[in-house]
Amino acid sequence: MSILSRTIALAAGAVIAATSLAVPVEAQEGAGQQLYPLFTYRTGPYAPSFIPFGAGNLDYLRYVNEVEGGVNGVKILIQECETAYTIERGIECYERYKGGFNGALTAAIYPHSSGLDVALTDKARLDRIPIVSPGGGQNIATDGRVFPYQFPLIFDYWSEAQIIIDYIAEQVGGHDKLKGVKIATLYHDSGYGRDTIEPLAILSKKYGFEDIQIPVPHPGEQQQAQWQQIRRAGADWVFLRGWGVMTPVAIKTAARVGFPADRIIGDIWSGSEDDARPAGAAAKGYLAVSVFPPGTDYGILRKLKENILDTGKSDLKDNSKFGTVYYNYGVIEAITFVEALRTGQKKFGNKPLNNEEGQWAFENLDIDEQRIAELGAEGLISPLKTTIDNHKGETIAAKIIQWNGETWDTRTDWIKADTSLFADVIKAKAAAYAVEKGIEPRQAASN
Amino acid sequence: MTTIQDSIPEAGPAEALPSGATLLQIGLVAAGLVIAFGLVPSLASDYWLSSIIIPTVVMGLAGISLNLLQGYAGLVSLGSAAFMAVGAFSAYNLILRVPGLPLPAVLLLAGLIAAVVGVFFGLPALRIKGFYLAASTLGAQFFFPWLFTNYPWFSNNSQSLTISAPRLEFLGYDLQSPLGRYLLVATVTALLIGLAFLVVRSRLGREWMAIRDMETAASVLGIRVARRKLQAYAVSSFFLGITGVLWGFAYLGTADAHTYNLDKSFQILFIVLIGGTATIFGNFLGAAFIVLTPILLDHVVLAANIAYLSDQGAITNLQRVIFGAIIIFILIKEPDGLSAWIRRGVGALRARLGR
Repeated sequence: MSILSRTIALAAGAVIAATSLAVPVEAQEGAGQQLYPLFTYRTGPYAPSFIPFGAGNLDYLRYVNEVEGGVNGVKILIQECETAYTIERGIECYERYKGGFNGALTAAIYPHSSGLDVALTDKARLDRIPIVSPGGGQNIATDGRVFPYQFPLIFDYWSEAQIIIDYIAEQVGGHDKLKGVKIATLYHDSGYGRDTIEPLAILSKKYGFEDIQIPVPHPGEQQQAQWQQIRRAGADWVFLRGWGVMTPVAIKTAARVGFPADRIIGDIWSGSEDDARPAGAAAKGYLAVSVFPPGTDYGILRKLKENILDTGKSDLKDNSKFGTVYYNYGVIEAITFVEALRTGQKKFGNKPLNNEEGQWAFENLDIDEQRIAELGAEGLISPLKTTIDNHKGETIAAKIIQWNGETWDTRTDWIKADTSLFADVIKAKAAAYAVEKGIEPRQAASN
Repeated sequence: MTTIQDSIPEAGPAEALPSGATLLQIGLVAAGLVIAFGLVPSLASDYWLSSIIIPTVVMGLAGISLNLLQGYAGLVSLGSAAFMAVGAFSAYNLILRVPGLPLPAVLLLAGLIAAVVGVFFGLPALRIKGFYLAASTLGAQFFFPWLFTNYPWFSNNSQSLTISAPRLEFLGYDLQSPLGRYLLVATVTALLIGLAFLVVRSRLGREWMAIRDMETAASVLGIRVARRKLQAYAVSSFFLGITGVLWGFAYLGTADAHTYNLDKSFQILFIVLIGGTATIFGNFLGAAFIVLTPILLDHVVLAANIAYLSDQGAITNLQRVIFGAIIIFILIKEPDGLSAWIRRGVGALRARLGR
């Protein structure tokens, strides 16, 4: 008998479970709204960088909803989905929200993880859902003919390598003076870290600087040997492509072996406050590439402070994170989403966009200087224009920032990468991918 | 070593069974097949297939693989995910470099390559035991990520060192859709479950259990302990290799060296502990628990609409606390794992039919 009652209890549990999984169908309260599925990682090892990043995203979208009354009147419905930065949970979130939610339409998905971006490539092509990864997408997906639904917006590591070399050239007095300069790249030994080996080899051949590549195994808590090697090689500059704990350890170890901090240039993922501050005094003078410039002195950030932060509507729990690299990254990302919606609405009317309309919108983005000024984002973002042949944006630019011991100072204006330099190599890689996958590249913009 | 492990229902059937029980067994198998190949494909949506059913089934299969080694042969391994990685990378390279190789052959060869690797990393089992053996299998878990990171050849010089799923085709059918991938997973799993039962009930399986229960006695009986142990690693790794292919290509759609990290090995170990040692179907309960509970908790929060009552960060963290508490509760209440439910359920049915 007890077994029977147990079985009944179990069945009841299963029914409750199943209904709670099926529940989103019941209401249509999302109708007429645009869904923004916010993939979060508030738990897990990378949560500290998500918290300000997510807040930047949410604060801007709340600002658009509450102060501007939505995007041309279309409200954005935000649904969070926790991935814990794992691909498995990310796929579940994608499947949960790819078709919309309660009547609100999905125009695009921001996976917030390079690994998840890659994992969703095939699924998104079948489902026709745009996958947008500002600053963290796949470089080969720049070719929108092979990758119609991938948008690696704003930045890539090849352009970053080029910007670093341009900055060093400026410091040594011109590209012709690069001959014989020793530039060491200290990289996180992973796909991400290895991505700059090839472009630096090409650039080294072109300009004649000496290219030294030194890997650091994950997580990089011990780097004495690598920095000794950098000293022995007599490197003039170090390009630090770190990740997580590797960055502060590198800065501290550099100080220990006597390598000057102002000759180390960090990667975009080595350039947040949380990368420099833990290194303490050793980090003073440390440089970094910045695509998401920190600071609060931008029109849009002033508006956010007035309307969101000061009215207690911000997602930030710690207001000192306002205007940090990751917070501004979140704001910039939310701007790309809202601007894509505006772009799409111009063609399809002021209503929520579906996935196909979203694809068109992201492929025809044009955030020019004038629009940037209207947004109050001068200095925060550089112009972004996408086409079928360029899903990343035609101008790729970054600033160099320097840590003064407390905060970041901006050292340069936007340094623009010459995207034509690697375009053919990237295009060839995309073509090889198309062959391997049996994809027929698109001829025209219609899908 | 606990002695409550399930060998009674499996050792029994050789003697004259009440026909009701045989019928019951056949009935259960048939029902399972009807559900797996009829009901699930016709009822489940893309969401259910892609994000719930496929990962649960594949992780259950991973649990079976480890259970063969740990539950039946009494050996340990913390390198399960590494053998999955070997399978996935082998399959990727086989498809890429041997054009025209049919999918079943690819799966079989990937499993065999993983089996060879498994035997190699199982060699320490001939000398050491228990905790020390676990530590030595960790070697695989560190070696393969290093290998796949430092030799880009394995990922066809891909820029991000990831391998992405090749086109899955069988006899001209495209298996890319969620349903196709599910059918691939279900078919392979059904075949491997059958194989697992054959192995466990064969002389090999019985000798594993003899070694597990008392190694000295087993060798006195004339069981060739060393050979049997290596065979356990081979069979388990064969299963894991195929599981790895399914995980990478039928579920995630992509894989890199870190997809199969130590966390995954631990997850498989927990599936075995929660599902129950020395069982086959219990692994699916364990996998369902590990894969589904976090998603379910998330949906409950969504349905209850309590998100704005409290801070979203606190809620997400609370979900993890609850998940942990449930694990502890289950391990206290059902120390033999969730498979005890199956055993009791079948027992009750049998009793009813016998009457």
